[in-house]
Amino acid sequence: MLTILFDGLAYGMLLFVLAVGLSITLGLMNFINLAHGAFAMAGGYIAVVMMQRFGLSLFWGLPAAFVICAIVGAVLERTLYVRLYDKSHLEQVMFTIGLVFMSMAAVDYFMGASPQIVDVPKILDGNLELGFVSINKYRLFVIVFCALLTVVLQLGLSKTRFGSRLRAAVDDARVARGLGIDVTKIFALTFAFGSGLAGLGGALGAAIFSLDPQFPLKFMIYFLVVIAVGGTSTITGPFFASILLGVADVAGKYYTPEIGGHKIEIGGFVIYTIMVLVLIFRPQGLFGRAPGK
Amino acid sequence: MFDRLTRRQTIAAFTLAATALTPLAARAEDTVKIGVILPMTGPSASTGREIEAAIKLFQAQKGDKAGGKKVEVIIKDDTGVADITKRLAQELVVNDHVAAIAGFGLTPLALAAAPIATQAKVPEIVMAAGTAIITEASPYIVRTSFTLPQNTMPIAQWALKNGVKKVVTLVSDYGPGIDAEKTFVETIKAGGGQVLDSLRAPLKNPEFAPFLQKAKDLKPDALFLFVPSGFGAALMKQVVERGFAADNIKVIATGDVTDDEQLNNMGDSVLGMITSHNYSADHDSPENKAYVAAFEKANPNMRPNFMSVGGYDGMALFYGALDKTKGDTDGTKLVDAMKGMAWTSPRGPISIDPATRDVVQNVYIRKVERKNGQLYNVEFETVPNVKDPFKAAKAGK
Repeated sequence: MLTILFDGLAYGMLLFVLAVGLSITLGLMNFINLAHGAFAMAGGYIAVVMMQRFGLSLFWGLPAAFVICAIVGAVLERTLYVRLYDKSHLEQVMFTIGLVFMSMAAVDYFMGASPQIVDVPKILDGNLELGFVSINKYRLFVIVFCALLTVVLQLGLSKTRFGSRLRAAVDDARVARGLGIDVTKIFALTFAFGSGLAGLGGALGAAIFSLDPQFPLKFMIYFLVVIAVGGTSTITGPFFASILLGVADVAGKYYTPEIGGHKIEIGGFVIYTIMVLVLIFRPQGLFGRAPGK
Repeated sequence: MFDRLTRRQTIAAFTLAATALTPLAARAEDTVKIGVILPMTGPSASTGREIEAAIKLFQAQKGDKAGGKKVEVIIKDDTGVADITKRLAQELVVNDHVAAIAGFGLTPLALAAAPIATQAKVPEIVMAAGTAIITEASPYIVRTSFTLPQNTMPIAQWALKNGVKKVVTLVSDYGPGIDAEKTFVETIKAGGGQVLDSLRAPLKNPEFAPFLQKAKDLKPDALFLFVPSGFGAALMKQVVERGFAADNIKVIATGDVTDDEQLNNMGDSVLGMITSHNYSADHDSPENKAYVAAFEKANPNMRPNFMSVGGYDGMALFYGALDKTKGDTDGTKLVDAMKGMAWTSPRGPISIDPATRDVVQNVYIRKVERKNGQLYNVEFETVPNVKDPFKAAKAGK
């Protein structure tokens, strides 16, 4: 039971790091970036290349994934995304889904289609036996790391100057500009940061899930469910949504209730059930702002 | 305006070129074509690449002549999507006038092409897909790969012989997985064993943790695994992470899990794992040594796996049938020629069951060992001439 909770927590935390960048771009910048998963995949592959080709440990792979993905994100934002900010959502979707397919084909070409394996550092390998529960060290690392990251993000957004400028730019870009805030720069930085986080999440997750060129499509659904359930424009919304979905997903696959002697496999659809329920009762998401602000 | 016009013109030019070229090629009387439909991109791309490499190797070794005719191979990519497989099969039959269609990386893909094989009376050589029912979908289907029940039964029998009483199964939730589960569960129950639970993970499921945890909590003697080729490494990583060995739970599987192509990447943690399968790159025979050496020479950094052998033997079957019919490409005659054919493949002696058109072959029990610095499935027991148990059971009734 505790192990299930623990696994779910680790899974949820990972989902959060993967999806939070998307929540920022979608909620704060009102831009639908379906290519978010492509950045996550890139981060994973950067870690793989660092470890396999250069023999470095995952501890180097993680920051490298963050920095490189952030730079790539910034370049793409300046050259491509910036042209689509004022376009309709449909055009944004078309553009970013195109990017997803291009990234998948590129990875397939350069890295091959077979799943890549990431070895966790020796120090994080194995299980911690606590008598009543056995805990995987790497998953524990993921939980602690992500929890710290969440605190930093939340503080960064609510307490720093950059955070308040960002919130101002989102609420009313025109007024913010009038007050001398460089909105373009802030958006570019935010986008780069979000992409970097996706890359970081990809690198963290690569050691738990397998990494293959289908990654962006496989996880796109999870990202979108997290955003739909958690609501956008806050950090806490997607955070709790990720945890909820992670735990529910893992528990749903572990427990198979029996009804009338038939085993009901609920694992596959338990997260969608949660999403549907949340959307019925709170269409703006669990923590989203009410519409019509 | 500019954009649209040029694009349209380009497409038109390509179409013209394509239609102009096709009849030319088709008119060559002495050429027999075989259309091979494989997933060359997408999640099952490794299957496609292995089979393509094997087919090229076969033609490089045996030449391109069979039954007095030149054999031309056309390879098409269906990306692993059944609708595309069906369309490609149709195009190959109608436009390219192929004498046979072959390939088929996954069960749904093989089934999608079956009605076309039946209607056009064209042999469909299944080189990869492993669900038992496939050969029943059309009287023109002949299989050179394997069936899941065929590969699963021996490991279940091995488990019973080695003191395994209580088992849990975990399979991918689709045709072949359910075949494997059914065979394993029936064999264990028939042998007096107990099945504690049968778990099914969604095919596209990156997180096996809950299923593995549940299997562990049930404390069986053995956990049986099946996932399709290409998914094994990801599963084994999580299996190792869960620490089954510490609880004295044996982890056994079909050879799909310790696929030769991925085995080396799985690391030492899979050492000693027992699986049953129809092919290992380590199989000890002169035919296989020659095959592996030639394959690795032609494809550096690639090791032939069971998929490649299915492709290689599929070509051997087609060549053999053409030789028998003396170049006659009538589909019914070709299938009749294939029935009962027997030859020595790199995997050992194999034959086509005349009654079911399915492959009959040895199944080996293997253990993962390190040899010359690489991981291999080393065979230590042979179950000779295994027929597909599902169809054998039906015929017995």
